[in-house]
Amino acid sequence: MPQMKSSATRQEAAAARLAVEPVSQTPPQPISGARILCEALVREGVDTLFGYPGGAILPIYDELARMREQLHHVLVRHEQGAVHMAEGYSKATGKVGVVLVTSGPGATNAVTGIANAYMDSTPIVVITGQVPRKLIGTDAFQEVDTVGITRPCTKYNYMVRNVTELAPIVHEAFHLARSGRPGPVLIDIPKDVTQEIILFDSPADVCVSGYRPETHANSEDVESAVEKILAAERPVLYVGGGVIHSGAADELLELAQMLGQPVTLTLMALGCFPPGHSLSLGMLGMHGMYAANMAVSEADVLVAIGARFDDRVTGKIDKFAPHAEIVHIDIDPSSVHKNVRAHFPLLGDAKTVLRQMLQALRRKVKPGPERLGAWWKQIREWQKHAPLFFECSTDVIKPQELCAQLYSVTNGEAIIATDVGQHQMWLAQFYGFRGPRQSITSGGLGAMGFGFPAAIGAQIAHPDRQVIAFVGDGGFQMTAQELSTAVQYKTNTKVVIMNNNYLGMVRQWQDLFFKHNYSSVDMEGNPDFVKLAEAYGAKGLRATHPSELRDVLERGLSTPGVVVMDIWVTKEENVYPIIPPGAAAREMILE
Amino acid sequence: MRHTISVLVENRYGELARIVELFSARGYNIESLTVAETLDSSVSRLTVVTSGDDRTIQQIVRQLKRLVRVLEVTDLNGFERVERETVLLNVAISDHAALQQLMPLVSENQVRVVEVMADGVIVEATAEWAQIREIVQKLTALGIRGMARTGTVALAKHMPQTSDGIVRAAETTTS
Repeated sequence: MPQMKSSATRQEAAAARLAVEPVSQTPPQPISGARILCEALVREGVDTLFGYPGGAILPIYDELARMREQLHHVLVRHEQGAVHMAEGYSKATGKVGVVLVTSGPGATNAVTGIANAYMDSTPIVVITGQVPRKLIGTDAFQEVDTVGITRPCTKYNYMVRNVTELAPIVHEAFHLARSGRPGPVLIDIPKDVTQEIILFDSPADVCVSGYRPETHANSEDVESAVEKILAAERPVLYVGGGVIHSGAADELLELAQMLGQPVTLTLMALGCFPPGHSLSLGMLGMHGMYAANMAVSEADVLVAIGARFDDRVTGKIDKFAPHAEIVHIDIDPSSVHKNVRAHFPLLGDAKTVLRQMLQALRRKVKPGPERLGAWWKQIREWQKHAPLFFECSTDVIKPQELCAQLYSVTNGEAIIATDVGQHQMWLAQFYGFRGPRQSITSGGLGAMGFGFPAAIGAQIAHPDRQVIAFVGDGGFQMTAQELSTAVQYKTNTKVVIMNNNYLGMVRQWQDLFFKHNYSSVDMEGNPDFVKLAEAYGAKGLRATHPSELRDVLERGLSTPGVVVMDIWVTKEENVYPIIPPGAAAREMILE
Repeated sequence: MRHTISVLVENRYGELARIVELFSARGYNIESLTVAETLDSSVSRLTVVTSGDDRTIQQIVRQLKRLVRVLEVTDLNGFERVERETVLLNVAISDHAALQQLMPLVSENQVRVVEVMADGVIVEATAEWAQIREIVQKLTALGIRGMARTGTVALAKHMPQTSDGIVRAAETTTS
């Protein structure tokens, strides 16, 4: 059906205008584009930028030097690191992360980070320098079509063609980045635009007429979904990262408790439901808990909340929740029915819709706990049949043991950023994140090299909290140069390397699905990570034997400054359970 | 199934590219695409003809709606509508017999001769997609030396809601 998106336009524009503080009441002053940009950033509440200078963005850096008091710039060592840091900063705080890079290679180096933020719906604003307007299209030095390259991996992007558009575009970009389904927005600014001087006095006016994110779900739809959920005999609440974006952890807990229904989390949702809660089934999906995957397979009603039915969750799509009627709460209409047909789509912000559901529920007679008795009995049997386990060893550090020890030493309260791979999955399984915004991971894109810079960004946002990059020996080397950044800004970022001298997850797949034919997975050229840390002026520690593990973690985490802990673990350990790629949840391999 | 989708989008730099890239990035097919300003020059109407099962079409509509500058997306297959496409054909007329073959098409108003050369004609036809296909088939026998098609444009007889483009245009014209 056609949909009108324009009716609330003016109202929205007015609301957005109100949200932006007006500039001072002084008469128009001659001011440069660069200055206009910096002041607009300050108006948006930005205090930290992650970036790297270069030719086309020099006028902005020139201005930044004069605005040190308001805008703290973190000089990274590679633009990919800058974007990951901004994402870590955003994920840890919920604020918009900001990146500043130059044209050409500055922009192309940032693309991996931008794509990562796009896949994981992280609100960031990336500002790229561009060659002067008259050189655009001439294959000028350090010219690339940044807007063209980033169009498919941004929520929206702009080229600023006129300095008068600059402030409105900046405010609109922040509005787009943080509202609706959040995401990265890029602003490409030609050098001469930042150098132009104009009389500037108008506060920004944000008006995007075609853009009206859903907030409230239709109340009749909520009513019928709630009735369906109450009538369920084998319900499961399947919760995704949307609950963290919308800050709906409290509402989720209340709903789950009111219903007495089991909760399973995606990787992106870890921390939004208490890990030890009796209703918690843990993570689902490819390396999820047996009980969680079995429960979804047998469910008669599946309530997806801010989750997008990613293939790493569903496995073989037509075997996913085959008996279930699906309630799908999502802010992005294009996520609904994309992979799985939803019987009860509820379009809106997770927090708002959960509140609507709670309200509807309060008016209804809840069935007693005995109604779900048989279902819970079955779930407990699954939990007993295949709990998470690993064989302890006294000779070699087990990667799972490392995660369990890390949990124990930090009491589950650390902010931990990971890359992608075995270490990411073991941490998800064995580290019970106590709260939202503690787990920072590259979920959708699966980008190696994400964890360490993301941890630096989170640490800069929360200087007093324990922030750890938990990474593999492969991924760490993709962005290890950011040690220099972490040290320069005197952060307390800690790095724990789960070192098996292999690209562990690729090796595991070669082991399981390619007849143990190992091909280019041996990292025999690994550096001495302790010496590497020392070369950067950080502290390096190493544990090679189970007897050293606890001590290294305790010492490393309590030492001020940047500390790299190189933990040697079992070389060939596989992550279990695993649902083979393309297989159904029931085809899970347990060990 | 063939679907005609009408898209109103802000007439801004790069928006067409964004829509076309959406189709290629997500593996949707474009049979034809036309773009032009509406009465309100700040809004463009795109008419995209695509094909796919119902689910694919619904997904295309949702993905298009998700684009920030897209104002309205309508799958016109759900509506009574008029669809037209214009084709220009350079047809060889080598002898009298060929002319005899062309003439019925002209007299039945299926094609209009717009240019006469020494060895052929350029004809124009404006019709529904299926008719255009028929005309092209008939003229293939004579020898088509060149063809240019506009792609389909379409308009619903009764638009379900007043579209943003029309509202704005109305405001402009009355003021």
